[in-house]
Amino acid sequence: MHRMLTKYPIWGGLLLLALFILPLLLSPYGLSLLTQVLIFGLFAMSLDLLMGYTGLVSFNHATYFGVGAYTVAILAGLGLNNFWLSLVLGISIPVLLALLLGLLVLRSSGPYFLMITLAFGQMIFALAWRWRTITGGDDGLAGIPRPDLGLPMSMWKAQNFYYLVLVFFAFACLILWKFIHSRLGKAIVGVRESETRMQALGHNTWGLKYLSYIVAGGFAGLAGVFYVYFNGFISPQELNWTMSGQVILMVIIGGAGTLFGPVVGAGMIIILQNLISSHTERWPISMGIIFILCVMYLRDGVVGSALKLRKKGRGNL
Amino acid sequence: MELSEIVIQTLNGISYGLLLFLLAAGLSLIFGLMGIINLAHGSYYTLGAYVGLVIIQMTGNFFVGLMGAAVVLALLGIVMERFFFRKLYKRELDQVLLTFGFAYLFMDINKWIWGGVPRSLPKPTFLEGSISILGEAFPIYRFGIIVIGLGIAVLLWLFLEKTRTGVIIRAGVDDKEMVSGLGINIKLYFSGIFALGAFLAAIGGVIGGPIIGAYPGLDFEILVLALAVVVVGGLGTLKGAFWGSLLIGFAETFGKAIFPDFAMFTIYVTMALILIFKPSGLLGKEES
Repeated sequence: MHRMLTKYPIWGGLLLLALFILPLLLSPYGLSLLTQVLIFGLFAMSLDLLMGYTGLVSFNHATYFGVGAYTVAILAGLGLNNFWLSLVLGISIPVLLALLLGLLVLRSSGPYFLMITLAFGQMIFALAWRWRTITGGDDGLAGIPRPDLGLPMSMWKAQNFYYLVLVFFAFACLILWKFIHSRLGKAIVGVRESETRMQALGHNTWGLKYLSYIVAGGFAGLAGVFYVYFNGFISPQELNWTMSGQVILMVIIGGAGTLFGPVVGAGMIIILQNLISSHTERWPISMGIIFILCVMYLRDGVVGSALKLRKKGRGNL
Repeated sequence: MELSEIVIQTLNGISYGLLLFLLAAGLSLIFGLMGIINLAHGSYYTLGAYVGLVIIQMTGNFFVGLMGAAVVLALLGIVMERFFFRKLYKRELDQVLLTFGFAYLFMDINKWIWGGVPRSLPKPTFLEGSISILGEAFPIYRFGIIVIGLGIAVLLWLFLEKTRTGVIIRAGVDDKEMVSGLGINIKLYFSGIFALGAFLAAIGGVIGGPIIGAYPGLDFEILVLALAVVVVGGLGTLKGAFWGSLLIGFAETFGKAIFPDFAMFTIYVTMALILIFKPSGLLGKEES
C-alpha cells in the first residue's frame, strides 16, 4: 500500500507532462476538448473529496460550480473584468455558500443528507431561474470575455487559455493531494470508515466533514470560474441536478476515492458526449444508460478497478 | 387576507397536499422497506401524467386513463426492481445512484416522445365548473382531488393496518432481518412496494394533470416537493407522509398567495426550520 501511494504522484507527474505537451499536437477541436476535460476534471476531483474520501454523496455539487461561474459572469456584466478579483470572488462566494448550507445539510446523514442536498440545490437552481435582474433568468448571461491577466499574451488564443487552466489545474491537484494525505485528510477518511470510532478517538467528526464540504465547494467554484471563461455563457442549467448528475457519473466512471480517477472519468464523459452529440440529440438518454451500467457493473470505476487489480497482483506474488 | 380567500387557500392547500401525499407515501414506503430514496419518483409522476394523457385521448375516458397509467407505471416499477435494483441488493447507496440514472433516462425519453411543449390533461366532464364559496369561485375539480386523495389515504391505511401483507410490510420497515428469519420472502415485497409506489405516483400525475399539466422539468420540481414532505414529516411512516404533505401543501399555496414571486422559499424555510429543530422529521423514527 505504501509503495503504491508514493508511486502514484510519479504517474501524476508524467500525466501532467503529457498534458503540457499535448496542445502542441492537437487540432483546435482537440484542444477545446482537452480544456474542457481539465475544467470538468477539477470539478470531479472536488466532488471526489466528498464522495470518495469523506463518504458524503452530495447531489448538488453543481450548485458551487454554477455559483462560481455566475459570480464571474455577474462581475463581467458590471464591467469588472479583473481576473484576480473574479478568481477570488468566484471561489469565496461558493465557499461562503458552503459555510452556510453546510450548517444545514450536515445536520443530517445518510438518506436525509442526499435528499436535502438535492432539495437545496434545486432551490438555488430555481432562484437563478426567477431572479432575472441578476441572473438573466432562463436566457442566462452571455458575452463573458476571456480573462485579462495583464500579460502580453491574449487569453482569446486557445493555447494560452489552455495553459492558464492547466496551471490552476496542477495547483489544485497538488493542494488536494496534500490535503488528502495530511493528518486532517486522514482523519476525514477515518470518518468515512467509521464515524463513531473517530468520535471515540476524540476527533470532532462534524468539523472534519464540514471542512471537507467547504474545501470541495471552493474547488468546484474554481472549476466554475474557468468554465464560464471558456464558454463565455452561463445559464441556470449549469446549476441543475442534471449537471450534478453528470459530475457524479464522472467520479463513478473514473473511480471514487482515487482523486485522479475522476479526471479520467471527466475525459471519458466529455469525449463520449462530443462523439454521441455529433450523431444524435439524445445524449441525455445515452448518459442515463451509461450511468445505470456503471453503477451496476463498474462501481469501482476505471482507475479504481485498475488499482485493485494491481494490488491483487502484488498480493499473489 | 380576507376570510373568503383564507378558506379558498386552505382548500387549495388540502388538495395540493393530498396530491403530494400520493408521491410521498410511495417514496416513504420504498425507503422504509428497502432503505433507498427513489430519485426517479418524480419521473413516475410525470411519466404517469403523459401515459394517462395518451390513454385519455385514445379512449376519451378520464378514469380509464387514470387506471391505465397507474397499471403501466406499476409494471415499470416491477421491471426496475426485478432486473436492476435486485442485482444491487443491500447496496443502498448504489441503488440510489441507480434511481438517479433512471431519472436521467426518463427525463430525456419524455422529452423525446412528447417534446418540450407543456401539455394539459382534460378534466372528467362531471367535475368541470366551479362553485361559489363565500362569494369566491372554487373549481369543483379540486374537491375531486380531495375526495380521491383522502380515499386513497384511507385505503392505504387500511391496507397497511388490516391486511396480512400490510402487517408484513410494516414489520419489514421495522426489522427486515427478523421478517426474513420468519421464513417470509421479503424480496417479493420489494417488487410489490416499488409497484405500489409507482402506481400511486402515476395516479398523482394523472389527477394532478388538469391543474399542473406535464412538461419537461416537472419530474424534479415535484420530486423536490415530495422530498420536502418526507424531510418534514419523517421517513418510513404513512402518518409522517400524510401530515408532512398537508404542511408542505399549505406552505406552497399560502406562500404563492403571499409572495407570488418567491413562493417556493416558504417550503425551504419550513424544511430548514425542521432540520434545525428536529433533523429526523416531525413524526420520523429517530436515526440510530
